[in-house]
Amino acid sequence: MSAVIKPMITLKEICTEAERIRLTTQNSFGDKIVSDIYVNAEKIANRTITKNTSENPSLDSRLDDILTSRLFGFPIMLLLLSGIFWLTITGANIPSEMIGNVLFAFQDQLIIWFALAGAPDWLTGVLVLGMYRSLAWVISVMLPPMAIFFPLFTLLEDLGYLPRVAFNLDNMFKKCQACGKQILTMCMGFGCNAAGVVACRIIDSPRERLIAVLTNNFVPCNGRFPTLIAIATIFMGGVVTSEYETAVASLVVTLLVILGILITFAVSWALSHTILKGETSSLVLELPPYRKPQFGAILYRSIIDRTLFVLKRAIIMAAPAGAIIWILANVYIGELSLIRHLAAWLHPFAYAIGLDGFILLAFILGLPANEIVVPILLMSYLSSGQMLEFDTLNDLRNILIDQGWTWLTAVCALLFCLLHWPCTTTLLSAYKETGSKKWTFLTFLIPTTIGFAVCFTVAQLARLLGLA
Amino acid sequence: MSKFNREEHHRIMQKHFGIITTPGQFTVALAGNPNVGKSTVFNALTGLHQHTGNWPGKTVDNAQGSFTYLDSSFLMIDLPGTYSILAHTVEEQVARDFICFGKPDATLVVLDATCLERNLNLALQVMEITPHVIVCVNLMDEAIKKNITINISALQKELGVPVIPTAARNGKGLDSLRHALYEMSIGITHTTPRQIHYSPEVERAIQELTPKISRCIGNALNPRWVALRLLDGDSAFIDSITHYLDLENNRKELAV
Repeated sequence: MSAVIKPMITLKEICTEAERIRLTTQNSFGDKIVSDIYVNAEKIANRTITKNTSENPSLDSRLDDILTSRLFGFPIMLLLLSGIFWLTITGANIPSEMIGNVLFAFQDQLIIWFALAGAPDWLTGVLVLGMYRSLAWVISVMLPPMAIFFPLFTLLEDLGYLPRVAFNLDNMFKKCQACGKQILTMCMGFGCNAAGVVACRIIDSPRERLIAVLTNNFVPCNGRFPTLIAIATIFMGGVVTSEYETAVASLVVTLLVILGILITFAVSWALSHTILKGETSSLVLELPPYRKPQFGAILYRSIIDRTLFVLKRAIIMAAPAGAIIWILANVYIGELSLIRHLAAWLHPFAYAIGLDGFILLAFILGLPANEIVVPILLMSYLSSGQMLEFDTLNDLRNILIDQGWTWLTAVCALLFCLLHWPCTTTLLSAYKETGSKKWTFLTFLIPTTIGFAVCFTVAQLARLLGLA
Repeated sequence: MSKFNREEHHRIMQKHFGIITTPGQFTVALAGNPNVGKSTVFNALTGLHQHTGNWPGKTVDNAQGSFTYLDSSFLMIDLPGTYSILAHTVEEQVARDFICFGKPDATLVVLDATCLERNLNLALQVMEITPHVIVCVNLMDEAIKKNITINISALQKELGVPVIPTAARNGKGLDSLRHALYEMSIGITHTTPRQIHYSPEVERAIQELTPKISRCIGNALNPRWVALRLLDGDSAFIDSITHYLDLENNRKELAV
């Protein structure tokens, strides 16, 4: 048995000592150690390996040279992204209309049945005009874009392109003193911010993980995508002739996503220079070989795992929300319905940031799920005026213009949609992941503040310059 | 290892890693980058004698398999595939803690012959922790196809540990692998694992720390390597040390 040597020095003291030495150099020892290991490996490899690779480099590495090059890396990324949006917007229009037609035709049928059954008006109102109609909207507005966007995104994932995106952006994250893996959590955020927040677990440094959690909401999730796409299509696209409509709309959505990413960088930078100071950890990023995608698996994963999952969540949220809105819109205090009172009360504030009371109210009521913002908005607009049938995006456009929307309203609504509080599910996930009320509150506060600030600036500037 | 040490070893394996060995069974850790055919090697050596589970307290898969060679029984533990064991991820931490604190009788590092240079990083890191390392250069058939020649004996000299070329998919080299594992486990292989040379500033910092570290933790771990982890600012590792070593110290003190 070995003799016991009583420790003369504690581990803690050594750690402090090491910490002191570690901080004497500006560049972290961590990076130095990793690069030294590489140098050693390279030396050994040079002495023991001979490559007779006279033939051309493999297709993979030639592809990588282009996709991750300094010159083409970013443009290709943007091109792919806007391409996906373009396909989504173009492809979603027709099925959206068809589903809408079917579902709203059924709504009329339901009303007839309810009348036949002798149901009181308020019951028909809550169940059909409230619950059923918001469900119909959620499905017809959300399902088609999701059913196109998710498979396309999963296709990129399956091809092995996402690691290249991480590679391209790694350097920028490093400059913000954040982790390169953050981009992967952002990609998850495209699907669902709550999933994105949970995905932040892959980041091992607690500091960098917090940064990723706090900024994940700047990536528009699919709950917000349909809203962005719808508003962009009917307003931004409407500015130009119809042949360029979808192109302009997809460009606008792409620009918004880029704006979200830029704000992510800015906030990450700001956080790591204020309340979350610390060093950047290095990571080894391997670019896996490109693979032939398996279409069956892609369809299954994107439709079952993502589309239906998200749709289910939206439906669960939309039905009660629809009922509540209908009640709010049909209970009168004095001359005005409750919803009008609320909207009127919010209006001055909302007007200052380029929106109107109803829009802000819709975003507030959409806190449980961003998917229901547009349905809530339409419902509150429609219930307050004459009943309009909603069939196509064109009708939607007319409704909004009737309610006094200008291009500025649309721009501010788009910006506010990108930059506002996360939904409750995301906040709950953030609370579970961080285990702290303070960080959860910041997850709420940071995007909200930025959203108000940006919309306020845009609205005031535009009015000052007499543009709107 | 003496009888007492073997029992102690058995206890640590079971307590911290949930690994139960039969008396006299040798443990072999299997490490390697992802996609290097590590699983192929694992399957080829252990056949159907496998079972899978989780690492205690971690959501990382743990596969164990056993095989017998020259009347000795071996338990092979398939570590998660990692590019390094600097513990930036849970997988890396699991792999490192097992090699470092589980002290397997041999650690087999599987490398991909077609991108040996990148794979060597992991081998060098493992060799910093333990001298009981065998390097397996797998996918030799692929390398030949790609016109890559690897001088195995030169590599062995450079690394100072046994290097076995294999093409596990075709079952080539597996016998030599078993034999190397056997010889290392019964303790007749002597290795001089190559230590990584760091740049002067890192070396200076190491020199400053190592004497204190060896005074504190004795020879339970390679002090040079501990110094490196501290310089790397790896707080998870400090937790691991306290978690794995303090328990032992307490127990020993009680025994005395």
